[in-house]
Amino acid sequence: MNERRNPDTGWSWWYLLFLIQLAAVVWPAFYNKIEPTFIGIPFFYWYQLLCVIIGAVLTAIVYFAVAHAPRSG
Amino acid sequence: MQEINWTALIVFVVLFVFITWLGFAAARWRRGDLDQLHEWGLGGRRFGTLITWFLVGGDLYTAYTFIAVPALAFGAGAVAFFAVPYTILIYPILFLVFPRLWYVCNKHNYITPADFVRGRFGNRWLALAIAVTGLVATLPYIALQLVGLQVVIGALGVTSTGYSGDVPLVIAFVILAAFTYSSGLRAPASIAVVKDTLIYITAFAAVIVAPIQLGGFGKIFAAIPAQKVLLAIPPAHSTGAYSAYVTLAIGSALALFLYPHSMTGILSASSGHAIRRNAAMLPAYSFMLGLLALLGFFAIAAGVGALPEFAGGFKQFGTNFAVPALILHIFPAWFVGVAFAAIGIGALVPAAIMSIGAANLYTRNIHREFINKNPTDKEEAQTAKWVSLVVKFGALLFIIFAPTQYAIQLQLLGGIWIIQTLPAIMLGVFTRWFNDWALLIGWAVGTVAGTAMALSTNLSPTYTIVLGGYTFPGYAAFFTVVLNLVIAVVLTPVFNGLRSGVAPLDATAAVDYRA
Repeated sequence: MNERRNPDTGWSWWYLLFLIQLAAVVWPAFYNKIEPTFIGIPFFYWYQLLCVIIGAVLTAIVYFAVAHAPRSG
Repeated sequence: MQEINWTALIVFVVLFVFITWLGFAAARWRRGDLDQLHEWGLGGRRFGTLITWFLVGGDLYTAYTFIAVPALAFGAGAVAFFAVPYTILIYPILFLVFPRLWYVCNKHNYITPADFVRGRFGNRWLALAIAVTGLVATLPYIALQLVGLQVVIGALGVTSTGYSGDVPLVIAFVILAAFTYSSGLRAPASIAVVKDTLIYITAFAAVIVAPIQLGGFGKIFAAIPAQKVLLAIPPAHSTGAYSAYVTLAIGSALALFLYPHSMTGILSASSGHAIRRNAAMLPAYSFMLGLLALLGFFAIAAGVGALPEFAGGFKQFGTNFAVPALILHIFPAWFVGVAFAAIGIGALVPAAIMSIGAANLYTRNIHREFINKNPTDKEEAQTAKWVSLVVKFGALLFIIFAPTQYAIQLQLLGGIWIIQTLPAIMLGVFTRWFNDWALLIGWAVGTVAGTAMALSTNLSPTYTIVLGGYTFPGYAAFFTVVLNLVIAVVLTPVFNGLRSGVAPLDATAAVDYRA
């Protein structure tokens, strides 16, 4: 199995990517605004929806980088 | 109240009959010996990535979520969107913590989080605290699912005065109880596929149709009162709505996977890898939940609150009627049936999983630990089946005889209580450093402090901490779990000192937490 994790701790530096999605939403002062709007939707709403997609992509990257193992079910 | 909407009602009933058949037929799906608890209560741990996706998605994004989050947007505005950062934060937690928990539970045939804590820390009282917390937090959650069901049944026009108005609700629940009893977790797993498909169709249809009918997103947001569109800017010397928003998101995210029903869904996966794949795939639900939250705004823009035909519904169900009213307002009758069935079935799936999770907890961590210490496999599975019935009918009676508000308030307290199991479960997966009595005291202090905070604010989720002239409003669950952790960390060396020379009990080994 090709697990790029420390066998003792299970830690991988790839996990730091998760901090990006945490940082993106943890400071509402940054996104609590109307402009710029996107197809009429205030920034506050489309930005957070975009963060969902970014979070999913980052999680997928971590998955393929760290846990890319043979399909076992 | 409006008249019975026959077209919608017929579509609704047909879909309900279909899932009833599916629920009973599920007993033969991936056939296993349902006289064993892990077969009945965890589907034999055989669900692959895709079924786990439907099951966990159907489990976490409940009917009440679909009603209450848009209702919050409708009533209070932007703060409802905390559900989006909340669901962004849950997936790294799922990815990092739960594959380890899955491996250790699979290795030792642990069915519940309290089983794991019992094995890891060797303390039956700590395990009991975890089990009781899970049970107490789950019961009002089941009751809330009924609220979702009640709202759509009412919106179909099926109402009458007095208790006879609850007949449809009772029928739906008898069906739910019967197929859960006979098929176990296989029933909600198969129904979740139907439910989630219907919910996705409904959500996307609403997000496309409503803006077209209402003249675009620009017009919709122009119709929303300014104070609802954004969070209030915090006043001087306070973190105001911002800290409330973020701590609500973080606290809810930390609490979510500690609920027994989340754990039941996750432990039924066939491998730790299936869980990791799901951490990347489940955000599809978060995206949909974000879209659904916008439905609350669509309902404001459509002006459903002022339409005479919905006055009765709003009077009876409050802002929870916003989404059903919007659906009735913008969709043809047959699609109203589909959408309401999606919400109604969306109540049954999590209610079934919650009752199974609660039944597993009682059976394993109370009955087996304290009452019948050596049950046969069959006795154990039978106890769980009976408890799942008791739990559901308890919830049903609660909803029929107690005001809805009680269930909502208890569920709020449930979130504060369940998060107190975090150190023992989520950190316990990584380390045996903590002393079990220190964890138990941390849990007790967190539970008492959280309850006191909630009571002092008349059961509103946010509590304001004042520190040197600054005020920090935030989610009571978040504050108290920090307190809980600090106590556990401080007391661990103290207790270890008292018990020096005695090696801590631990039935698990480091290697059990990996593939």
